[in-house]
Amino acid sequence: MTATEIVSRPYVDAFIAWAKDRPDVVVLSADLTNSCEVGQWRDTYPDRFFSFGMAEQNMLGFAAGLAREGYRPFVHTFSVFLYRRPYDQLAMSIAYPNLPVRLMGFLPGITTPGGVTHQAIEDIAVLRSMPNMTILETGDATEVETVLDAADSVDGPVYVRVLRGEVPRLFPRDEPFRLGVHRVLSEGTDITIITAGITTEEALRVTPLMRDAGLSVHHVHVSTHKPFGDAVIDDAIRRASHGVVTLENHTVVGGLGSAIAERIADAGMGQRLVRLGLRDRYAHGASKEYLMRSLGLDAMALTAAVEDLVGRPLGITADRIGAVHVGAVHSAAKAEAL
Amino acid sequence: MTANSITPTVADVAFGIRRRVLQHTIANNGGYLSQACSAAELLATLYTGLANLGPSAAPPVPGPFTGTPGPGAKTMNGAAYNGAPAADRDRIFFSPAHYALVLYAALIEVGRLEESSLEQFNKDGGTVEMIGAEHSPGFESTTGSLAQALSTAGGVALARRLRGDTGRVWVFMSDGEMQEGQTWEAVAALSHHRIDNLTAIIDVNGQQCDGTTPTVMTVEPAVERLRAFGAVAHEIDGHDPDALRAACAARQPGRPTFVVARTDPARGIPLLHERAPGLHYVRFTSADERDRYAVALKELT
Repeated sequence: MTATEIVSRPYVDAFIAWAKDRPDVVVLSADLTNSCEVGQWRDTYPDRFFSFGMAEQNMLGFAAGLAREGYRPFVHTFSVFLYRRPYDQLAMSIAYPNLPVRLMGFLPGITTPGGVTHQAIEDIAVLRSMPNMTILETGDATEVETVLDAADSVDGPVYVRVLRGEVPRLFPRDEPFRLGVHRVLSEGTDITIITAGITTEEALRVTPLMRDAGLSVHHVHVSTHKPFGDAVIDDAIRRASHGVVTLENHTVVGGLGSAIAERIADAGMGQRLVRLGLRDRYAHGASKEYLMRSLGLDAMALTAAVEDLVGRPLGITADRIGAVHVGAVHSAAKAEAL
Repeated sequence: MTANSITPTVADVAFGIRRRVLQHTIANNGGYLSQACSAAELLATLYTGLANLGPSAAPPVPGPFTGTPGPGAKTMNGAAYNGAPAADRDRIFFSPAHYALVLYAALIEVGRLEESSLEQFNKDGGTVEMIGAEHSPGFESTTGSLAQALSTAGGVALARRLRGDTGRVWVFMSDGEMQEGQTWEAVAALSHHRIDNLTAIIDVNGQQCDGTTPTVMTVEPAVERLRAFGAVAHEIDGHDPDALRAACAARQPGRPTFVVARTDPARGIPLLHERAPGLHYVRFTSADERDRYAVALKELT
């Protein structure tokens, strides 16, 4: 495999270029402008940038008003401050009237050293239960660069988990983020692994080793959490003779794992499912790597879950995982991707 | 009366608001009556020329509820009763959604809603809801979770400024909403962004669910608080239409305008004083009490 390409701050230029000929796009920010990589956007389009200070409840109301008048508000702050603090405003001022407000949430899950106050670990669960809300999650630089078209195509509010800073490119540039389209990264019949966001890279570190150990691995990357469920997901669940593992940067309650569980139950598929993620607990402030390891969100945790399902050791060690370089992966299922 | 007929006087409309809400309260053994008493002149003044509204663009009798908003859903908006949106026309955001009956009564009195619409009040499948939402006559946004209207209206006012509209944005508020932090976030933002095409009228009737506002959580000094946040704030007798008009005309460039309207929650129905401080929602405790309100209805002037 080729070495992983690391892209520095993919959001910055992409959003500036995207907004150039869209004068109705406005940005609202709550004192985390550079932290959400829109400082340069503000300097490029000062007349379309509005600072609201540390006052998210009001900011969401202003976004609602602007959206009612035909503007396209892109609200930028950390994920936690979009749904946790101003939940009622989000539900009543934006989601109920189904307004096209784009909620760009940075530092999803444990991708922040900021500790429990900054870790959006239940955002997907909370927002999955909010009618009219669309939920997207970016998993690499290509998705960060191309999520804007997908987000802005929705007739209603959209919440996006955006990755910032140094972001790996896992998917080719010519395979952009597409609303409601899951990426099938490998096809197999023994085990199905379903990941989203940063956990996809983690899975990609270990799936080659699983194949080396003789397993036929099916791997699906999810970037649209809501609306959710289609033939690609159903097929992925059904085809795995040993079961399904989900791995998410989120609590195991109410997120991707729960969505898969619901699908299994709704369709009567009777498939075994292991849900990996935060096990109904909060985290604390530490590095992403430390948290992923200690909370069981990493490749080793995934390996253990797969070993449990197939009932045999795979001989995969942390050293071997560390030696794997993740290159860009083409979706294996472009034809099925509707 | 139709929207094309001669504009009624504030006194006529205010009387009609109190009469209709009192009638309704007697007939249904309950209602937000004190809000009619406090807000009658404020809404009557707003709807008889203070706000620059076009003719109603909505059916005189509202149709059934057509569904909640969602992707591709065809929904109606109660702001159509305030006229079709236009660059030079004003918009009204009605924040205390529990005043809905008072608003419906005002719309009836100024010919924007037919009297028979009140037969749908609080009836299943209708839009003339007890706590109005954006499908209810006169409502542009869903404001029942209090203090959200001001922020939404601020966004609308900002958008209208960006677009170059000349019409104003009005917000009708209640004093209890000044207890919500969001209100102060909104006033700060309106001042910071120099939004001067927004005027908020606050019905300071000193009443809320648990009792009088000073005993629940004071909002005073309201005028000084608003000024400290950068707004233009005027204090008036909320039953004086001339004072309201003058306050709303006394604007300053680059600053939002707030009118702190001191009102009497028993105005016109002195019998209500007996119930103080429990005036938030009137439900009669006996047939005798109800009969006495029926007499008050006859004596209403």
